[in-house]
Amino acid sequence: MSRSTPLRGVHESLGATLTDFAGWQMPLRYGSESAEHNAVRTAAGLFDLSHMGEIFVVGAQAGEALDRALVGHLSVLAPGRARYTMIVNETGGILDDLIVYRLDEDQYMVVANASNYALVARELADRVRGYDARVTDRSDEYALVAVQGPRSAEILTALTDADLDDLKYYAIVPGVVAGTPALIARTGYTGEDGFELFVLNEHAVPLWNALAEAGKDAGLVPAGLSARDTLRLEAGMPLYGNELSAAITPFDAGLGRVVRFDKPGDFVGKAALERAAENGTRRRLVGLVARGRRVPRHGYPVTREGAVVGEVTSGAPSQSLGRPIAMAYVDEGALEKGSLAVDIRGSQEPVDVVDLPFYRRSK
Amino acid sequence: MSTIPDDLSYTKEHEWVAGIEDGLTVTVGITAYAAEQLGDVVYVEVHSEVGSTVAAGDAVGEVESTKSVSDIFAPVGGEVVEINSAVVDNPSLVNSDPYGEGWLFRVRVEEEPEDLLSAAEYTALTSGES
Repeated sequence: MSRSTPLRGVHESLGATLTDFAGWQMPLRYGSESAEHNAVRTAAGLFDLSHMGEIFVVGAQAGEALDRALVGHLSVLAPGRARYTMIVNETGGILDDLIVYRLDEDQYMVVANASNYALVARELADRVRGYDARVTDRSDEYALVAVQGPRSAEILTALTDADLDDLKYYAIVPGVVAGTPALIARTGYTGEDGFELFVLNEHAVPLWNALAEAGKDAGLVPAGLSARDTLRLEAGMPLYGNELSAAITPFDAGLGRVVRFDKPGDFVGKAALERAAENGTRRRLVGLVARGRRVPRHGYPVTREGAVVGEVTSGAPSQSLGRPIAMAYVDEGALEKGSLAVDIRGSQEPVDVVDLPFYRRSK
Repeated sequence: MSTIPDDLSYTKEHEWVAGIEDGLTVTVGITAYAAEQLGDVVYVEVHSEVGSTVAAGDAVGEVESTKSVSDIFAPVGGEVVEINSAVVDNPSLVNSDPYGEGWLFRVRVEEEPEDLLSAAEYTALTSGES
């Protein structure tokens, strides 16, 4: 039985195509996903991300406890700031990728993926034992609405008393948005400027409606998971279940920078990750751009002279590049030699390897 | 609710067939219902060439959307006589005008089609699915 967010009725009244995602009924698209994608690149999009998990870690030693539980150095994070980080198992495999917000000296909010937050909450509770820190999974109480795109600041400014000019990228501030108390974060998953608004469930519908109304003239449109996926892919951002899994370390994913060996003390997975850092990786996560028009998709083999040298993790037609793009794990040796193709249902379609991200917003 | 014109025939694979009553050359496309399910169509290919012979049920091409890829089937047997180059160049025609400019290919019928659906039957099929 799939779960619904507090905004399901709104999505239905907007004529959304709903899809099951990690056990949630979520809007896939409202009309044309390409139009939604382009709106976020040029104006703004409104997203329901209430399926995400919000786990609070509170206590005098909350920071030290998170240093022990996660790969990042969270105790040095300034209040009001956020970090992209990961939780790994003892063998260094990624259990989830996370954004951790430090709300106050003794209060953190860990935002986890829908498919993983129950596991993350259990692991955190287990790992903070012995510290003065308490873990509370408040995912069922919180809705998450995101406004993303170059005009999102202008839209949100009209509805809030919070000073958005002072709110930096990867920062968070409590405020009131359209009469609703919210945690206002300048984070996102689209490659654009934007905000994520954490509110209690009962405030989700009025908040959504106020944002939709306030953004109408600026070109704000509701945007579904299909657009979210192509936006994050263009921005070179990994998706758990595609690029990231428990079989993959942060180093495999090219995200070794999130692992902070320089922080004091031990952390879960440290020994395994030190070995992974030392040994290097056999395969590397790269960007591919197809020369033709057929789309490399999740699970398709990457080939070189007919031999399989890798696998596509995500692929989609790119609005911004006008050609299909993909992320793939490819053998280091094959990358050096070049001339790669993707086996698209039996035919070898040539691709070029490019640096990630595919798309970077102009400042 | 997507439109399902009365004067066309349909397949279970969500294609429409026009001109079947003349028994000569038919035009084939995908239905508005299928186009809505696919989302934005980004790529259309008919790999059976003009002049080639296809049997009913053969996979003759593919249609890709942002999220998925599906085969295109020949709803009738015969010779492929025309492929819509406009839709190959501009696949979004499948979304904007599925029963008109978004047509895919034409077949000179050589094999009597058996299990095509009427508009009423296709309506019943899609209302069961949605």
